[in-house]
Amino acid sequence: MVRRLLGVFRRRRLDRELAGELEFHLEQLEAEHRARGLSPDAARRAARLDIGGVAQVTEEYRDRQRIPLLDTAWRNLRFAIRSLARTPGVTAAVAITLALGIGANAAIFAVVNGVLLKPLPFPDADALVAVNHGMTGTADELPSAPYLYFTYREENRTLDGIGLWRIRAANITGRDRPEQVRALYVTSEILPVLGINPLLGRRFSQQDDSPNAPPTVLLTYGYWQRRFGGDPSIVGGTLVVDGRAQDVIGIMPRGFSFLDNQVDVIAPFQLDRSQVTLGRYVFPSLARLRAGVTLAEASADITRMVPLALARFPPPPGYTRDRFAARPVTPRLMPLKDTVVGGVGGMLWVVMGALALLLLIACANVANLLLVRTEARQRELAIRAALGASRARIAGELLAESVLLALIGAALGLWLAHQALQAVRAFGPENLPRIGEITIDPLVLLFTLVLSLLSGILFGLLPILRYANPKLAIALRTGGRTMSDSPDRHRARALLVTIQVAIALVLLVSSGLMLRTFQALSHVDPGFVRPEEVQLARITIPFGDVPEPERATRMQQDILSRLSAVPGVVSAAFADIAPLDPANGGSDTVLFVDGRTYAPGQARPLRRFEFISPRLFQTLGTPIVAGRDLAWADLYDKRLVALVSENLARDEWQSAAAALGKRVRASPADPWREVVGVVGNVHDNGMHLDAPRIAYFPSLMDRFWGTPTLSFQSATFVIRSSRAGTEGFLHDLQAAVRAVNSNLPVAEARTLHDAYEKSMAGTSFTLVLLAMAGGMGLLLGAIGIYGVIAYVVSQRAGEIGVRLALGAQPGQVRRQFVREGLMLTAAGVAAGLVAAAVLTRVMSSLLFGTSSLDPLTYSLTTLVLILVALAAAYLPARRASRNDPVEALRAG
Amino acid sequence: MAKQVLQGTLDLMVLRTLETMGPQHGFGLAKRILQVSQGLLDLNQGTLYPALLRLEQRGWIKWRWATSDNNRRAKMYELTARGRKQIAREAASWERTVSVMDRFLRHPARSEK
Repeated sequence: MVRRLLGVFRRRRLDRELAGELEFHLEQLEAEHRARGLSPDAARRAARLDIGGVAQVTEEYRDRQRIPLLDTAWRNLRFAIRSLARTPGVTAAVAITLALGIGANAAIFAVVNGVLLKPLPFPDADALVAVNHGMTGTADELPSAPYLYFTYREENRTLDGIGLWRIRAANITGRDRPEQVRALYVTSEILPVLGINPLLGRRFSQQDDSPNAPPTVLLTYGYWQRRFGGDPSIVGGTLVVDGRAQDVIGIMPRGFSFLDNQVDVIAPFQLDRSQVTLGRYVFPSLARLRAGVTLAEASADITRMVPLALARFPPPPGYTRDRFAARPVTPRLMPLKDTVVGGVGGMLWVVMGALALLLLIACANVANLLLVRTEARQRELAIRAALGASRARIAGELLAESVLLALIGAALGLWLAHQALQAVRAFGPENLPRIGEITIDPLVLLFTLVLSLLSGILFGLLPILRYANPKLAIALRTGGRTMSDSPDRHRARALLVTIQVAIALVLLVSSGLMLRTFQALSHVDPGFVRPEEVQLARITIPFGDVPEPERATRMQQDILSRLSAVPGVVSAAFADIAPLDPANGGSDTVLFVDGRTYAPGQARPLRRFEFISPRLFQTLGTPIVAGRDLAWADLYDKRLVALVSENLARDEWQSAAAALGKRVRASPADPWREVVGVVGNVHDNGMHLDAPRIAYFPSLMDRFWGTPTLSFQSATFVIRSSRAGTEGFLHDLQAAVRAVNSNLPVAEARTLHDAYEKSMAGTSFTLVLLAMAGGMGLLLGAIGIYGVIAYVVSQRAGEIGVRLALGAQPGQVRRQFVREGLMLTAAGVAAGLVAAAVLTRVMSSLLFGTSSLDPLTYSLTTLVLILVALAAAYLPARRASRNDPVEALRAG
Repeated sequence: MAKQVLQGTLDLMVLRTLETMGPQHGFGLAKRILQVSQGLLDLNQGTLYPALLRLEQRGWIKWRWATSDNNRRAKMYELTARGRKQIAREAASWERTVSVMDRFLRHPARSEK
């Protein structure tokens, strides 16, 4: 079989072998005849007579060598190559159109595959789950808590390990320059659960993770390379993290990525079980299911353990066990991949759908080109059919051409996709998860191949259906003089153009809707002004260096006054976390309001807490609606004060003014704090979401959350200056900070505008891609209309000539063809409007401030489409009206 | 005898000739078969060479380039181990066929009354 397969391609060699063999045979015969006494000439003739027809032998021999079907395919392919090479213009146009269509689809499939389909890069990643919790009455999801973790670890029957983790900033000192890094804190189970071993050294043992054990740390590959140049001798050395020397016990492997988080060092939590109380839902948790266990079984198992956990640990000071028992948590397990991928699925599928539609338009265009091309060859095909070529053979050749075109398109398309993916990696939204895992892998190649074959068959089918069985008489006759286009031939192309217009309208409407969304988002008042002038930077005062909260706050104030002295700085302040920082989400908590009671089991709304310095609102440009800002004395004198956002004030006390003088606290163990100010709402979760209800507290307080003194030594500094974002300004900032303490690194420098744009990145990414698809769809549709009208005009040149000669006005002729173009467009628009109304419903989750049936979008895009169609039809129509009658009649 | 030969019989003839004569080129095979059949079977080259290709594709014979007696390059065919087994199989089946045919020809079946 293999030999026969090879035979298809080795035809020449095998023919040569046979020829040699036959020649030998001939010579032998000749020699025999000579030996019998014939003259050389007579001997040769006799030998030739003996051997018979060489051609037949060769043909029969060939038939045995090869597989007829494959042979046909090979012949069709070579025929197709020759045929396509004869019309390089059409071939190039088709190949480029297809390359764009297929390339766009290959690229977006690579993204969908890398982000949504591929498992996470851990062994047997499908068994990994995130263990979150819901609480009666709140829609928000809570992470796990130490008391739950210890109970699950000890009592579960369905898990192959469960662990807690948390990422926060840490300071590395004791080296040439101080530096802030991202530290991943884990319990000892996390790395085994993920199934990851260090490249060098070892994982954390349970001993490393127990309280008071010698501190240890693992480095990620990237940090090891960046900071230590990949020097393996660092393993066994020490690293000073947050003022504490920790033993470096290993290096993580190169490809390790922790759920898409940028991590530099990994350290054990060292939780003390004997100190654990109920509550503290701040630790994300992940687990590995035992083999054969389903998500539902694990959920049931965890539901069973929640009451055990409530009974096993004491409530924190100031709380009663009943308070926790009244609102027990319910487990919400989900595949770990879903938590990493988050909500981008909808966006990617919408973009993929749009690009699939674009490919359909491209196919329609190509089908149209091929129709025209095949029509030009109609005589050739008819003659071949008359000479005996079977219908199947002609169809096979036409199909081979289409498939070959599709494959050329796919090859070019893959190259385009490769370029596009590099662009996505460079400019894609930063909140697109798993961006590093997007590659053109075998699955993407397979997808591209199948897609191109399908499109090849799709656009190849139409010419075949129409021309593979040529009606000889008609074909041969119409090859001669005709005056007018036959309506029959025209219909297929008109239908294709109608489809193109309809799909183009769907694409235009969907990109229009995204544009409206983007507009609406841009008009949301974010709660701050001129974000491009606001510089953000994170500065952490290591607890190891400055253990006293008051001293740390004084140091922060010193830094502020130095920063305020930098040229160009208008105002400066700090907060535990900056507006629009993604780390804000998920940490909302309960605010106790004086005089408000809740029935047992009734949900208390979750509020966001922020811890701030004076002048923060002035720096951001957030208005103070009522009352006053914080003063430094509020911090140092530990005054019992708080501020609230306007929406929180309205929720609790109906108006901003009424909030002043009311009392709130963070836990029943704390003293009441008086609301002294109400400030404007800030869209902290992104412009597309409601502004969260925020309570603002001084960044230095006594007796908060049951802690004697609370301060925030890691804070984001907020600096307003027209120089924000420039190298020089950052340099000045670093100098100002160094003047206070040379050990403090400045990290995460960015402007508020960066954060603002990032919060809209998903929308703008979708907008750009849909707009590109819409623009290309419009262009292809216009080309389609132009092509059809131009063709009709050229076919009817004779008729036009006669009419002009008989006195028709050029305007009349022009109007006739423009009307024809508009008829096509109108049919397409009608179909497109209906299709858009149905299809855009799937993108409603991506829209903001506009409905998927927005009348303005529909009417404007329709108008644009009709104008473009008018132009596309007008050009050939004008040419028609300028026909010289004499010329036309002669040529016709 | 007719110039048309049954495919199975030609295969067996070629294999058997190769078995008795050892490696042989196409011309030699044709000549030998003509001799053995006492001039009755003059193989058309259009029959012989496709047959050789078929036998090769089935793995019963193989060939290599070699130099003939008169110093010409020629394809020398020889049996493979599978080819030898095939001879044994085919010969047995052929003998069965012959004996069955023999019985029919000598003792034609009579209708029973």
